[in-house]
Amino acid sequence: MIQDTIAAISTAVGEGGIAIIRISGPQAISGTDAIFRSKISLKDADTHTVHYGHIIDPASSEKVEEVLVTVMKGPRSFTAEDVVEINAHGGVIAVKKVLDVVLQLDGYRTAEPGEFTKRAFLNGRIDLMQAEAVIDLIRSKSDRAFSVARKQAEGVLSKRIKALRQTVIELLAHIEVNIDYPEHDVEAMTSAYIREQCELAIAEIDKLLKTANEGKILREGIMTAIVGRPNVGKSSLMNVLTQENKAIVTDIPGTTRDVIEQFVTLNGIPLRLLDTAGIRETSDVVEKIGVERSRDALQGADLILFVLNYNEPLVDDDRQLLEQLKDRSVIVIINKMDLPGRLELAEVEQYVSSDAIVRMSVLQESGLDILEATISEMFFEGQLEANDLTYVSNVRHIALLKRSKQSLVDAIEATHVGIPIDVIQIDARQAWESLGEILGDEAGDSLIDQIFSQFCLGK
Amino acid sequence: MSYEAGEFDVIVIGAGHAGCESALASARMGCETLLLTINLDMVAFMPCNPSIGGPAKGHVVREIDALGGEMGRNIDKTFIQMRMLNTGKGPAVHALRAQADKFSYQHLMKKTIEETPGLTLRQGMAEELIVEDGKCVGIITKTGAIYRAKAIVVTTGTYLRGKIIMGELMYESGPNNQQPSLRLSASLKEHGLELIRFKTGTPPRVHKDTIDFSKTEIQPGDEKPKFFSYETKSSDNEQLPCWLTYTSEKTHQIINDNLYRAPLFTGAIEGTGPRYCPSIEDKVVRFADKPKHQIFLEPEGKHTSEYYVQGLSTSMPEDVQLDILRSIPGLEKVEMMRNGYAIEYDAVIPTQLWPSLETKKIDSLFTAGQINGTSGYEEAAGQGVMAGINAARKVQGKEPIIIGRSQGYIGVMIDDLVTKGTNDPYRLLTSRAEYRLLLRHDNADLRLTPIGYEIGLIKEERHNQFLQKKALVEQETERLRNTKIKPDDVAEMLESAGSAPLIQGGDILSLLKRPEVTYDHLASVSPSPYELTDEMKEQVEIQIKYAGYIEKQLLQVERLNKMEKKRIPVDIDYNDVNSLSLEAKQKLILVRPLSIGQASRIAGVTPADISILLVYLEHYNRVTAARGN
Repeated sequence: MIQDTIAAISTAVGEGGIAIIRISGPQAISGTDAIFRSKISLKDADTHTVHYGHIIDPASSEKVEEVLVTVMKGPRSFTAEDVVEINAHGGVIAVKKVLDVVLQLDGYRTAEPGEFTKRAFLNGRIDLMQAEAVIDLIRSKSDRAFSVARKQAEGVLSKRIKALRQTVIELLAHIEVNIDYPEHDVEAMTSAYIREQCELAIAEIDKLLKTANEGKILREGIMTAIVGRPNVGKSSLMNVLTQENKAIVTDIPGTTRDVIEQFVTLNGIPLRLLDTAGIRETSDVVEKIGVERSRDALQGADLILFVLNYNEPLVDDDRQLLEQLKDRSVIVIINKMDLPGRLELAEVEQYVSSDAIVRMSVLQESGLDILEATISEMFFEGQLEANDLTYVSNVRHIALLKRSKQSLVDAIEATHVGIPIDVIQIDARQAWESLGEILGDEAGDSLIDQIFSQFCLGK
Repeated sequence: MSYEAGEFDVIVIGAGHAGCESALASARMGCETLLLTINLDMVAFMPCNPSIGGPAKGHVVREIDALGGEMGRNIDKTFIQMRMLNTGKGPAVHALRAQADKFSYQHLMKKTIEETPGLTLRQGMAEELIVEDGKCVGIITKTGAIYRAKAIVVTTGTYLRGKIIMGELMYESGPNNQQPSLRLSASLKEHGLELIRFKTGTPPRVHKDTIDFSKTEIQPGDEKPKFFSYETKSSDNEQLPCWLTYTSEKTHQIINDNLYRAPLFTGAIEGTGPRYCPSIEDKVVRFADKPKHQIFLEPEGKHTSEYYVQGLSTSMPEDVQLDILRSIPGLEKVEMMRNGYAIEYDAVIPTQLWPSLETKKIDSLFTAGQINGTSGYEEAAGQGVMAGINAARKVQGKEPIIIGRSQGYIGVMIDDLVTKGTNDPYRLLTSRAEYRLLLRHDNADLRLTPIGYEIGLIKEERHNQFLQKKALVEQETERLRNTKIKPDDVAEMLESAGSAPLIQGGDILSLLKRPEVTYDHLASVSPSPYELTDEMKEQVEIQIKYAGYIEKQLLQVERLNKMEKKRIPVDIDYNDVNSLSLEAKQKLILVRPLSIGQASRIAGVTPADISILLVYLEHYNRVTAARGN
C-alpha cells in the first residue's frame, strides 16, 4: 500500500518557545535530508539520534531556521513508520515557514487531525485504547492530566477494566454451566446470586465513572465563574490567580465588559477561570451584553467563587444571587479583610455553610492557601494528592462504562420480573462485551475457557 | 493386485454418525453414492454413551431433521428414555435428550441406508486416496478395490491410527476393539493435509443385576415425551429410567493411590483430550477440593443387561477400574462387563477446510465428524449432513450450502472449526452461539426447512405442512394483536394466572409479555378460530413473550451480516498487505477467510488488522476495477 508522507506542527501554536514539526512516512528521512544542512546526512543517521543544523529553502538556498532534527526509524517509532521531528526555536512565523518548505517536498502533504495516531493505530503500533489515550494526551493541558493519560496508555485502567470483566465473566460462566450442564451438580443459579454479582460490578463501574468526572476536571479544568457585585475585587482575584494582568482592572464599576477565560493551576488543581462582568442591573448597552454573558457563564460553571466586600453590608442583589446559588458548588470569598468589617457574616452563613466561606485579602494575597484547600476538599474530597491516578478520561470509555452499567441494571431488573437466566445472560454478556470494547480486543474463546477452568464437568 | 470395483458420484468413507448422514443426504439428492465401512456390523454404532441430545446437541439433531437428515427420525423410533432438559429456563435452551437403545438405533439406521435408492453400503477399508491434478477422484481399499467418484467424503471418526490405552497396556485399535485404519492417515498426509493427535475415552460398562439400585436415585423420563423429528407425532416406546449415584472418598483415594499407573499422568497419552469430557482421574486431580462427582447409570438397551457408567470415563488399569467401581455406593458388588479406555486418533486440522467442509488442498475431498476435531455423535452428524449436501452439490455443479452463525448451531460449529480451529476435541455448547435466542430448539424448522426444501432433502408434503404451520403462527399472532380487550374481560383470567389486574384496555397480545401469563391463559378468554397444534401455540407464545430480546439479537445479526457480505477475494495475497501484523498475516494465509466477518473471528486478527484489511480491500477493488476498465 502506497503511503503519503505527512507533516504537521505537533505542538499547539503559540504555546511555549519550542515548536515541533513531525513528519511520518516512507520519505520522511530522505525528504528532510534534502532541505537539511548539517555535518551529516540524515540518510546515514542512526535511529533515535538528534542532529543540529539548518533548514534550507531549496528555492533560494537560504537558511530558514536553526533546528534540531530527531530521526526515528520505523517500526520503532510512534507511527511504526520512519519519523522525523524538527525542533524549531523561533516563533510562530518561523515555524510556519519551515513547515511550508517541508510541505513542498515531493510526496508530502499536511497531516489530517489525529492522523499520526491513526497511522500508529493502523500499523498495529498501539491498540484502540492506547490510541485514544494518546489523543487525550495531546489535548491534556495540566501536568496532572498528562500523567493520567500516560498511565492509561500504560494500562492501569486496562487492569481495572480487566478485573471488572473477570467479575462479569465468572457470572456468565456460572450461568452457562447451568444451561449447558443442566444435570450437573453445580450450584444452581439463583436470582439472588445474579443480582449480587451484577451489583458488585456496578459498584466498580460507579467508582470508575466517579474518576471519570475527576479525570474530566483534571483534563479540562474546573469551570470556575467569579461573580459578585461590581468592584468587589473579582478581576483582582483573577489576576492574583493568573499572576498576569489580562483582565482590565480599574476601580470604576463596570469596567470588565466580557467573559475572559484563563486556564490556571492552583497547586495542582486546574481551574478554567471565567472572569465575569459585574452582575448588576445596568442601562449601559455594552455592559448589558457583558452581564448577559456572565449569567450564561454562571449556568455552565462547575464552581462559583462569589466575591463579597467585607467593607460593605449585604445588599438585595447579593441576597438574591446567594439564594439562586444555594444548590450549586459555591465558595463565598470575603474580600478586603484588611478593611474595617461592615458585612454581617452571620447572614451570609444562612446561605452557605461556614466551610465554604473563605476570608481573603486579594490585595495582600492572603488566604489563597485556604481557597485551594477548600476547592480541593469540594472536588476531590481532599484526596487529590493520592497517588492512584486511574482516571477514565475518554468520552468513548465513559459511554461504554455507562452502557455496561445499564446492561447490568437491566439484568438485575430482569431477575425481578421472572425472566429466565439464559435471557438475562444476554444483558450480562452485553455488559461484558461493552467492557471488552474499551480494551479494543475481542472476547474470543475466553468464556469457554472460563467455564472449564471454573467448573468440573464431564461424563 | 488392485481392480476397478465401480464408479460413483460420491464415496463416503466410514459409516458412523457423520458418514451415515453424508451418504443419505448425497444419495437422496440424486447422487450415486457408496458408503464404505470397515465393519458392516458397526454402522451408526455408539462407542460411548448411549444417548443423543442435550443442550446445543439436541438443537443440532433438530437442525439435521429440518435439513432432511436422519438422526432425529432414527432416535425417535429407538429411544428408551426421553427427557426435556432446562425446562425451568428460557425457551432457547430447552433441550431434548434421549437414551437410545443402541442396538435398535444401529439396526434401524442400517436398514434405512440399505433401503435408500442410489446408496450402496459395502464393507471395506479405504487405504489410499487417488488424487489427480489436485482433485480427489477415487480410493483404493485394503483388498485392492478401486472405487472412482467425483467427490469423496472422509468420516473416519476415531479409527485413524487409533490406539487404545489403558494402564500399562497400549495397542493399535479402533473404538471398542475394532480394526483401526492404519494407512489412510499417510495418504492424507502425502497429499498435503496436516494431522493432529486427539484423545478421547469411555467409561466401563457394568452388569445390571449386580447394581444395588436402592442406593441410587431414580431419573425417569418425561411422562409425555417430545420428539426430535418434526415428522414424529407420537410414540409408544416403553421408557427405562437412569440412576444417579456419586463417587465416594474411597474412590478418590484409590485414584490418588494409583496415579502412577494412570497413562494420563505417566505421559503415555500424547493426544489432547476433550476439556468437557475429562476422565475421572483428571477430575479428581484438577478439582481436588470437590468431595464427590456425579455418576449416572444408563441402560444401553432393552435387550441387554449392560449399563453405561456416565462420569467414570477412565484409562486406569483394569484392576484399578474395578476397585474404583466398587467404591461407589450401589456398585459395591458390581461386575464389570467391559473396561473403560482412552483412545488416541488422527484428526485433520480443521482450518484446512472451506466452510463447505471441502479441503482447501485437495479439490472434491470433504471431511466430516471426529476427523475434523470434534467430539459427539450430534456434532458428527451435523457436519456429515452438510458434507454430504455439499459433496452432492459439487458433483452437480452447484454452489455449496453454508449455514450462517445466526441460522443454526451447525453453522456456529462449522464456522468455529474452519475459522478458529480447535486445540482439543470440539464440543458444541449453547454458549458458543452469539444469537442463542434465535437458535432455539423450537424453531429449527423455521430456520432451516426452507434450505432443506431448496436442496431437495425435504419433500413437498412436509414442506407444505411447514408452510401451513408458519402461516398459522403468523395469523394467530396477528389476531392477538388485533384483539382489543377491556380490564373486566381479563380480570378473572389474570387473577388465575397470578398476574396483576389490567388498568387500561388494549390488545390482548401485550398480556402475553407478562412472564406469568401463557398462551393458554389468553386462549381461555379469546379462543383461536384456527386449529392450532401445541407447537404452533408454543411458537406464538415464545415469539411474543421474548419479542424485545429477539429483536435486539436480530439487529445484531443485521450488523454481522454487513461484515459477512464484505467478501474477500480467494486469490488475495496477504503478503502484499504490509501493515498487517505478522501473526494476522500468518493466520489469514492459513484460514483464507471468505468474508471480513469470518476474518474478524480469527484469533490473532485484531480490529486494527481488520481496518487495514478493509483499507487494503478498498484499494484492491479500485485497482481491479481500474484494470477492468
